[in-house]
Amino acid sequence: MTSYIIRRLIQAVPLLFLISFIVFVLISLAPGGPMSAFEENPNLTPEDLARLEEQLGLNKPIHERYLAWISRILVGDWGYSNATRRPVLTEIGDRLPNTLQLMVISFIVTILLAIPIGIISALKQYSVFDHMATFLAFVGQAVPIFWFGLILIIVFNVWLNNPVSPSSGFAWSHLWDCGDCKPLMPGGGMAPYGVENPTLGQRIQHLILPVTMLALFGTGTYTRYMRGQMLEVIHLDYVRTARAKGLSELQVIIRHALKNALTPVITIMALQLPGLFGGALFTETIFSWPGMGRLFFRSAQRVDYPLLMGIVMINASLIILFNLLADITYAVLDPRVRYD
Amino acid sequence: MATTTLDRLDLSVQKGKERSMLSMTWHQFRRHHMAMIGSFVLLLLILGSILVSVVSPYDPEKSSMRERRDPPSLVHPMGTDTLGRDMMTRLLYGGRVSLTIGLLATVVGISIGTTIGALAGYYGGWLDNALMRLTDLFISMPRLFMLIIMTLLLRSWDVPLLKANGGVGGIILILGILSWTGTARLVRGQFLGLKEKEFVEAARALGIKNMRIVFRHILPNTATPIIVAATLLVANTIIAESGLSFLGFGVQPPTPTWGNMLNAAQDEMRKGNWWMAFFPGLMIFLTVISINYIGDGLRDALDPHKIQ
Repeated sequence: MTSYIIRRLIQAVPLLFLISFIVFVLISLAPGGPMSAFEENPNLTPEDLARLEEQLGLNKPIHERYLAWISRILVGDWGYSNATRRPVLTEIGDRLPNTLQLMVISFIVTILLAIPIGIISALKQYSVFDHMATFLAFVGQAVPIFWFGLILIIVFNVWLNNPVSPSSGFAWSHLWDCGDCKPLMPGGGMAPYGVENPTLGQRIQHLILPVTMLALFGTGTYTRYMRGQMLEVIHLDYVRTARAKGLSELQVIIRHALKNALTPVITIMALQLPGLFGGALFTETIFSWPGMGRLFFRSAQRVDYPLLMGIVMINASLIILFNLLADITYAVLDPRVRYD
Repeated sequence: MATTTLDRLDLSVQKGKERSMLSMTWHQFRRHHMAMIGSFVLLLLILGSILVSVVSPYDPEKSSMRERRDPPSLVHPMGTDTLGRDMMTRLLYGGRVSLTIGLLATVVGISIGTTIGALAGYYGGWLDNALMRLTDLFISMPRLFMLIIMTLLLRSWDVPLLKANGGVGGIILILGILSWTGTARLVRGQFLGLKEKEFVEAARALGIKNMRIVFRHILPNTATPIIVAATLLVANTIIAESGLSFLGFGVQPPTPTWGNMLNAAQDEMRKGNWWMAFFPGLMIFLTVISINYIGDGLRDALDPHKIQ
């Protein structure tokens, strides 16, 4: 068991280095970067440019630059953003909690929706509920996440109005002349404009649409998965035994079937958690959420090397870490896996 | 005289209809209603994209200042954009690009994935190990981030093949390169199982070379799951390309694609011009859900356990 964990850990480390090297090489090949601002300056002669290159260490071969970079990373010097001149770790650190907030809350919403719906769907297979749930899950998986976000904004921010706002009740701002109306849901940001310390209610209000957007795909996927697992489990012999023993249906389901159906689902869900970063990128861009996704987006537009590297490193590390945890969890729960 | 086994077999062949694999698959597919609907919708979209130059009275590039930002009407079923161009026409032209990218990138991805999976699964040993580590590497990379970084790279490569039409070729390439891992794992799993079977042993005994065994003997038997995976990969790729274009890193305007039409719509929709954002996304959604249902239907149709 411990040897399995150690083996997996040993495999994970070179993987991380390899990814960092690949990303480093890719980004260094991309146009734009530390020299681009200087190259556009007509006052600098070619000798000046060469000197600057030498100073920044950009004329050394790629593996040397990589080694220099990685040794700084390991010590904690992640460099400075080309755009804002602030330390990369500070920029990321400012925003990582916001992204995590989004991701974790979406994850929780997904669990709270997908698991019960999946279970009930399986227990009442082929019922109206099952058909509707399966259909909606299927639809949820097919909807492009960025489109969904835009639709949410159109419906809840542009069209529907806040019933609590001063002028009138629910109104579609195009059909009625609703001069004073405020939108039902905010269209962006973590807090209302200019508010430094939002109240809990305001925070929640600003979270509703982004979380809905981020949670859609996962809910669809895991509802189907939970349903599948549950269906598999309730046909197995030991469930039949439990029923034969005279246990109530509820007991059979919860104490026997559910545990075994739930485990792979939760493991897979947790494993896919770092994947939410991608979805968060769209969510943060559309809803102007100050998080890592939007930071990456802006950095890519400006080809801000150090920031891009930093963000990808963090993301890749999380993916590898979660993969590792999932493998270990499988090994703990299913002894058959250990003897690989 | 009692009928022999051979006579009985002969009779049963005559009684039942002669059914090829293809017709069995088709009949099973037809029973999946949603898959049939999906096929119909997808066919409609494809035909629309191909025939739009013939059927539509509008020019996708010609702007019309009088008709700017018109909501959907009888004249413009999906409204017009900021320059007065008919949305429906543009969407169908954009469909050409989006669908082509989805298809070709999938071809790239499946080719790479099948090759890697076949080699890893068949030869085993250190090759399997090495290829699986490579696969792990690609799986561990954050896909969207890598796609964006690779588009940055593309900008510096002045290869006309990659840069034409707003960079379509380049997008196909990078989408293909980052989509092969699922197929590789799938194919490898299949090969691990199949290489122990007797027909492989027989082929080897006959002296057939390894590569030929891989491609002419084992691979055809893995066709079924690969087909299903390929179908779903097309849908996946279409969404990936749309997402990339939506962010501005994918296909560049003026080449229309559903994703970059969505990008252009972002500012407009907050002003109330909802149709510019609604319809492009609707196209993506319809395409993807149709393909997903088709993939579901194919999976059922090709499943040997389900054939009656």
